[in-house]
Amino acid sequence: MSNNGYLQIHDPLKPKGHVVGIDLGTTHSLVASVSQGKPRCVPVDEGDSLLLPSVVHYGKDGGVVVGVRARKLAAEAPTDTIVSVKRFMGRSPDDPETRKLGHYDFAPGANVVRFNVAGGQPVTPIEVSGEILRALKRRAEAHFSGKVEQAVITVPAYFDDAQRQATRDAGKLAGLEVLRLLNEPTAAALAYGLDKGSQGMFAVYDLGGGTFDISILKLEDGVFEVKSTGGDSALGGDDFDRAIAQHVLQKRGVQSPTPAQVAELMAAARKAKEALTDAAEVVLSVDGHSQPVSRADFEAWIQPLVAKTGAVCRRALKDAGVAAGELDGVILVGGSTRVPAVRRFVAELFGREPLGDIDPDQVVALGAAVQASLLTDTGRQDEVLLLDVIPLSLGLETMGGITEKLIPRNSTIPTAAAQVFTTFKDGQTGLDVHVVQGERELVQDNRSLARFTLSGIPSMAAGMARVEVRFQVDADGILSVTAKEQSTGVAQAITVKPSHGLTDEEIEKMLLDSIDFAEDDIQARQLREQQVEAERVLSEADRQLRENAGLLQAGEPEAIQAAMTRVREAAAGKDYLAVKEALHALDEASRAFIERVMNRAITQVVSGHSVEEY
Amino acid sequence: MNEQAQTTQAPQTPPKPAPKGIGLADSAVARLKQLLEERQTPDAGLRIAVKGGGCSGLQYSMEWSEKSRERDKVFERDGVRVFVDPKSYLYLIGTELVFEQTLMASGFKLNNPNVKAACGCGESFSV
Repeated sequence: MSNNGYLQIHDPLKPKGHVVGIDLGTTHSLVASVSQGKPRCVPVDEGDSLLLPSVVHYGKDGGVVVGVRARKLAAEAPTDTIVSVKRFMGRSPDDPETRKLGHYDFAPGANVVRFNVAGGQPVTPIEVSGEILRALKRRAEAHFSGKVEQAVITVPAYFDDAQRQATRDAGKLAGLEVLRLLNEPTAAALAYGLDKGSQGMFAVYDLGGGTFDISILKLEDGVFEVKSTGGDSALGGDDFDRAIAQHVLQKRGVQSPTPAQVAELMAAARKAKEALTDAAEVVLSVDGHSQPVSRADFEAWIQPLVAKTGAVCRRALKDAGVAAGELDGVILVGGSTRVPAVRRFVAELFGREPLGDIDPDQVVALGAAVQASLLTDTGRQDEVLLLDVIPLSLGLETMGGITEKLIPRNSTIPTAAAQVFTTFKDGQTGLDVHVVQGERELVQDNRSLARFTLSGIPSMAAGMARVEVRFQVDADGILSVTAKEQSTGVAQAITVKPSHGLTDEEIEKMLLDSIDFAEDDIQARQLREQQVEAERVLSEADRQLRENAGLLQAGEPEAIQAAMTRVREAAAGKDYLAVKEALHALDEASRAFIERVMNRAITQVVSGHSVEEY
Repeated sequence: MNEQAQTTQAPQTPPKPAPKGIGLADSAVARLKQLLEERQTPDAGLRIAVKGGGCSGLQYSMEWSEKSRERDKVFERDGVRVFVDPKSYLYLIGTELVFEQTLMASGFKLNNPNVKAACGCGESFSV
């Protein structure tokens, strides 16, 4: 929506409506909200179901259907009915994964995936996800009889920047202000109130309908950091149903079942699986045949599938550098963790009873609702520090102790910025990278976060080296700084947590100081900049006088020396304009001399070649 | 030999002495009066701020504010007040708020002499 570049006036008094947490899942999506201090999921589909199947059907008449009704239309209109759209989020059309993900009619061209569907233009995964979010928003609004305008949406911990941005855009399309994207495992931990502790390590075991994810989280100062993730994007409860169906067909001796038979059997298998959570044996009846299935049978059939998750978990633990015994808790997420054999397996794997008393289908949405209410409850003052923005600018120290800001405060995370720096002296082979945080112009007034040296820069003249310094802040607020010399590729990197050890009060004080000292700071910065420039110019003038003394004419050395003295005097003072003027005067005083130096250099180059070469 | 990084950007020329304060064009005063009347808060002011973010690094924000805060700079014309926090003011010195109306659209614009680069969205700029 273009507003022609005009500015909108926001009204803080306007009621904001309900805030919700949304679990935008591969198979199902849920929406929850906190009321009377407790998060609850909102009914969003037929029969007051809390789960909305993440299925979108595009009709020939241009109508859009979402949820159970769309899922029923999938068989008759498979290319017009998009299931599991989350798997396409942020992927490019030539991503080899894309083609594997189903039987869709992809529109050619463009650099985003687009599905050709009935009723009009091709749609992108963002638009399809937007339809799911819009359906959740509308149904929540019907439930509350009030507006829903702000949401926290969860994403898998492994989502990259493109996938996160795609999710944000989908929210915007649905008319939601996305307060924050929250990692799914973090949401589950919040639902269990684990952030109330001071620190700890947790595993989140998420076995859904079609995907498995394991995340190792580290809690420090009330903030969760994802230490490692692992998973299998083709392993879930649907595979359990398939295992039952296969064994039943085998026992019955059916070689090649019809698609209708398979569909019916899969539905029956699913019911049997669910019943076996409480019963020791169930009877599965499909087209006239009845067949008993015991829990022991079922557990034997799914054993290889469950064992697969174990290998993934062990790898994630290893990546995070923790032993199972060092964990402070294990959380179960996803409907398939209701299966008793899965619970037992997880308990054995991690050597502790997992947390599972919150409905594993709802736990992520409930945690997102808790986060949404936290983000909006604190009162919307300007200086309120939202968690998804950088509270203080991040930058680095440049010559003269000046702060060069790379990422301004209040940037939403994740974010990244890069700037090219160069060397200050001839033959300089190392560069100190000093990472600082704060709003003040001089490094001494800011907070020092980290320091490292990039060495191995090839020796060259001052100002010739190109060192790219890149700042990247991930969704958990972790800052990675990389410095890379561009001709050789030598690089150094460091990772820090800018929020570590900073209280809200300290952040506030740093902000207020920057306001109080703003004018002084800018003066000081301009002075430092001129002082650095003066130092550079003086050393260059010295060198030229020394190396090209023969080109000096009568009176010039005195005039240049006098101008240099004035620069030195001015640089020792406090007035940046005086330094600037003195530099200008020095430039004038030495102009004719430097022109002669240049001319001789050019003549030397030219006369070094024979005439024929030109 | 290690030295601090040196920015490759040319040394910044000092900002030209711009007219101080924040100006309100006639068009802006008239429109703001009308909006305040509609909002039934004739004593409220317009808070203009500069925040990080947006495609060119900094971003304007405007919102109604019932009263000024302690450190605010307050500008007034014909009873319409504008509040600016001191840090934002540094980026806004000499700016004039105008209200434009054409056949196609209408809205507020900030003519900011400090801006070096702006982007298409109109809300974001760098200095």
